[in-house]
Amino acid sequence: MVLDLVELRKSYNVGRPTETEVLHGVNLKLGREDFAALVGPSGSGKSTLLNLIGLLDTPTGGELYLLGRATSTLDDADRTALRAVAIGFVFQFHYLVEAFSALENVLMPWMVRHGRPDGETIDWARSLLDAVGLSDFADRKPAELSGGQQQRVAVARSLVTRPALLLADEPTGNLDTRTSASVFELFRHFNAALGCAVLLVTHDLHLAETCDRRIELVDGRIVSDSKPFTPSQ
Amino acid sequence: MWIEWTIAMRLLREGRIQSTLILVGIGVGVAVIVFITALISGLQANMIARTLGTQAHVRVEAPEEANRIAPAASGVVQLVLEDPRAQRLRSINNWQEVQAELDDFPGVVAVSPLVSGPAFARRGEARESVAVIGMDVARYRRIVAVDEDIVAGEFRVGAGDAVIGRVLAGNLGVGVGDKVRFDTGGGREAVLNIVGIFELGVRELDERYAYLGLKQAQSLLGLPGGVTVIDLKVEEIFAADEVARRIARRMSLKAESWMQTNAELLNALSAQSLSTGMISFFVAVSVAFGIASVLSISVVQHTREIGILRAMGTTRRRVLRVFLLQGGVFGSVGSVAGSFLGYGLVSAFNAFGPGLFEVPVSPRLVFAAVALATVTGVLSAALPARRAARLDPMTAIRHV
Repeated sequence: MVLDLVELRKSYNVGRPTETEVLHGVNLKLGREDFAALVGPSGSGKSTLLNLIGLLDTPTGGELYLLGRATSTLDDADRTALRAVAIGFVFQFHYLVEAFSALENVLMPWMVRHGRPDGETIDWARSLLDAVGLSDFADRKPAELSGGQQQRVAVARSLVTRPALLLADEPTGNLDTRTSASVFELFRHFNAALGCAVLLVTHDLHLAETCDRRIELVDGRIVSDSKPFTPSQ
Repeated sequence: MWIEWTIAMRLLREGRIQSTLILVGIGVGVAVIVFITALISGLQANMIARTLGTQAHVRVEAPEEANRIAPAASGVVQLVLEDPRAQRLRSINNWQEVQAELDDFPGVVAVSPLVSGPAFARRGEARESVAVIGMDVARYRRIVAVDEDIVAGEFRVGAGDAVIGRVLAGNLGVGVGDKVRFDTGGGREAVLNIVGIFELGVRELDERYAYLGLKQAQSLLGLPGGVTVIDLKVEEIFAADEVARRIARRMSLKAESWMQTNAELLNALSAQSLSTGMISFFVAVSVAFGIASVLSISVVQHTREIGILRAMGTTRRRVLRVFLLQGGVFGSVGSVAGSFLGYGLVSAFNAFGPGLFEVPVSPRLVFAAVALATVTGVLSAALPARRAARLDPMTAIRHV
């Protein structure tokens, strides 16, 4: 099991009159093979949940186990370290670092942990670029790539550290239908090839339908889960 | 450190115009600091060299004579009306022993006993008041290099010979080979050959000094075998005060350093140093603010990228170092360029300036300027760097 959420809660403005609870005790388990879509109306707490899972934010209640480790007691440095090994991110916007080439951007998550990349890692990064169809663009700067190409670089980047869990926040929200289909296909491919759990936040119901599992969040609660995690997985 | 360095350099290169502008700013600032510091220290060294060229670092004299008042018996109120005593010309007691001890005194490099007193120099109708200085040439030239300032004849004193200043020679209308009568009052007088004429460049001295042999002067001043002053040269000129104090304590003599006799000069020098220091400080402060503002802008410009780097597992420390490094690079590269510029300015000043004195640029000054600017760069980067490191990845990513 990659991820286990137990009664996870999140409130904002804690201790003030405006305190609001956004997540009211979320329980969710995710296995390595999972290819899940997280759907729900805006304001339902999807992004909040994703940030909690990505260790970018801390819950105000409950526990979040990532790769079997309880995370509520970790300090910033430990959370950063765990995030680096366990999680890959793809955001709605690509957020590539402008000053670096496509290949260097793919390598970035590895480099910020380990420093200068070795030949093996560079080969791996090239193969990821190859897999997203950008082997000829390795030395281009992000500004010289199209929006779809940039997002595909971002997908390759999210996988360079071989994360156990890939979090994607509206990854295709900014792309045309054809490009978004190809990016989606990439997620599929890596889910199968690398055994990397994928959790996709999307508004696109059609896209959500094509996922193996559909988790619906309404008003901070999971109201439906098309294929709940079973230990046999 | 590799990744921090790489990111820092890429960010600098990406903001090429900003980087260049701030580098020029730092360079000009450092050039000003190097130039003004070199100029002022050159000027000061020159002024000190000129001052000390014609005088001893420390003068040792017999203690001043004072009235000795018998203490009153206890319970008796004593009212004393006292006249200060006139200071007559006196020899230092046991000066040979004092000289021997000063020869070995730590920090003292040259010792020259002198006998010095007032006299009239007469030739025909002309009469000039002079200061007769009797000394041993070999010892005295280590204190004041009179040889370098001889304009006629030679620096040689002995039986019947004297060396006088150029102005005095002019006033008396004498040249080398002429005779002058020296009269010290009390019926003591001597007619001496002028064998050399000097020009020390200080009018007072050129008008008043007459160098005689030690024995000659002793008998002329009525102090046979006596010495009134012992001139000293010390190793470290700014330690002269300390050496003088130690001598005075140890030997119960009056010892005065050049720093006491030239207190005004020293005041002027320290005021100069203070103003140089202040100019340098404020230039450095404005350079620091320049670096800080450029990096602050860079942090804002790269907020989202910093956020994504943080989300990918970059520690706060690494983000901090990326920006501190940029500050350090600004400081060091800018100051190296600035040092070259400052060196060029100094060279131009030496070549085309008023030419009154040579301004040296010490490698130490350049090294200090570069080191200081690098540290300033890192320090001024601290604030923006901290801001970058504290960025919450989530908020940073949402930053537009």
